[in-house]
Amino acid sequence: MSIHPGTAAKRKATDSPAPANPAKVRRRSPTRVNPALYLFPLPAVAVVAFFLVMPTLQAFQYAITDWNGFSAAFNYVGLDNFVRAFTKDSLFTNALTNNLKFVLLVVIAQTLFSLVLALLLTKNSRGSILLRALFFFPTILSSVSVAFIWKFIYDPNFGLANSVLRTVGVDGGAYLGNDAQALYWVAVTQVWFHSGQMMVVYIAGLQAIPRELYEAAEMDGANKWQQFKSITWPFVAPATSIVVAYTTVQSFKAFDLILGIAGNPPKASLDILSTRIYSTFANSEFGYAAAQSIIFMAMIALVTWLQRRLLRLTPKGD
Amino acid sequence: MLASFSRRAILAIYAVIIIIPLTVVAFGSFKSTQELFAGPFSLPHSLAPDNFAEVVGGQNLGSSFMNSAIVTGISVPLTLFLASLAGYAVSRLKGFMSWAIFGFLVLGMAIPAQANMVPLYVLFGRLGLLDSLAGLILANVVSTLPIAVFILGGFMRTLPKELYEACSIDGSGPWKTYSSIALPLSAPSIAAAAIFLFVIHWNELLYPLLFIQTPGNRTLPLALLSFQGEFQTNYPLLFAGVILASLPVVVAYVFLQRYFVAGITAGASKG
Repeated sequence: MSIHPGTAAKRKATDSPAPANPAKVRRRSPTRVNPALYLFPLPAVAVVAFFLVMPTLQAFQYAITDWNGFSAAFNYVGLDNFVRAFTKDSLFTNALTNNLKFVLLVVIAQTLFSLVLALLLTKNSRGSILLRALFFFPTILSSVSVAFIWKFIYDPNFGLANSVLRTVGVDGGAYLGNDAQALYWVAVTQVWFHSGQMMVVYIAGLQAIPRELYEAAEMDGANKWQQFKSITWPFVAPATSIVVAYTTVQSFKAFDLILGIAGNPPKASLDILSTRIYSTFANSEFGYAAAQSIIFMAMIALVTWLQRRLLRLTPKGD
Repeated sequence: MLASFSRRAILAIYAVIIIIPLTVVAFGSFKSTQELFAGPFSLPHSLAPDNFAEVVGGQNLGSSFMNSAIVTGISVPLTLFLASLAGYAVSRLKGFMSWAIFGFLVLGMAIPAQANMVPLYVLFGRLGLLDSLAGLILANVVSTLPIAVFILGGFMRTLPKELYEACSIDGSGPWKTYSSIALPLSAPSIAAAAIFLFVIHWNELLYPLLFIQTPGNRTLPLALLSFQGEFQTNYPLLFAGVILASLPVVVAYVFLQRYFVAGITAGASKG
């Protein structure tokens, strides 16, 4: 994600000029590569190849079968599973729509909110440091714990939100019980869960801005908004692309939070791609689940790619 | 950018939104259901750990705690060991091989766990790793190895090459250089990665959900999830479970807060 084209180019520039005299290189024998060094990455490479890359490739094979996971016999059905997902399976298209809506909501809300928090807490005062630690705290909890906490907040009868509202004489809502809103309330939970983490990424970006720029801008009579627009924003653009990309993947994978808050399997209004794949898998439709998981992976790749294209334009346009 | 008053107001409101639920959970874990519903903010009448006793005793949460401790306790160091070996080699090797090994290992970050869960389940079935802690450990290691290599490899590349050269002139082999130079010098990035992995492995839900059948083999997040089904609205019990499940991470956070931030942002900005 942060393999910037710049670093790759830099590395190439230092590596590529061919040594003028090959003999010279050989003479530097103490720095020559010891062959035993090739043994070092071997365990990691083997584990990744066998348990990560191979299963992923296999998913492509399963995806074109009607295998149920148990019987020895299965048929190759070509792209039927993919056709089924998009045309005949309303559960899947519903999960896909929910997922895209959820990702969009969370990415926009979390990026803006974590930037605001970071801007308010950039200074290293004692209070800022304390608040940063507090805002970051939810990130370390498990999704299931966070889900339970918010299930209680949203509980229509006994929940925290409605008991607070009742004391000020307002009727509370049904929250997760309201199918039209449920996904929004989970998005709120997700933002509560991870904004502190993204805030910290932004703070790192903000603290790298040279103070002199602001001093110069102030002398030129630029107001706070102008300073933000022409100094802060261009500088936090790289942090923004990290935050957006990470938030995207994180919200695509909100699986744990959804299962915790909505139960297993979740109802249709809270079903997203990862929970749908899990339900299909639990239903012993291994071939179909594999096809769905490939669509899932393609979706993440597509959305991430789109964002990178869009975000790359921002700093240039300024 | 914002006037001081609105700045303070925003921060205060958000602080409340974080603190209140956590306080309610902490108080609630000592209450009865009636007491909780009567007044979520009130202090508990007694500090008798009835709910904790019930979740630890009746619900297998005690054994789940042990399972989580075993799985995390082995997964984290194992991932760090494999990743540091690979990261070290990548920082020493040159040209294409270094690039190819690093690229191959790091590419795994792009594969979401849901994408390969079906084949992994089948593979684990064939290897007899289903319903075992060993399977969970392996799954944890595999899923986080790419990002661990990215963090550690990235750091080790910045170490001055002269140290290695001096060491090899002294006649040390790669293992000696790795263990006596590369590892100690990489301590900051290893600490950051360790905490990052600890949070991920301790909270991991998908793999236990996929692989574990026997209640006695459940890890904490799975045990918690399964009681949500049984105790729909027994919030005090759920809260006791939440506190128990979060305790090690929270205690570590209180003492090592700075490293948590470093670790998780290393994960965020590099993942």
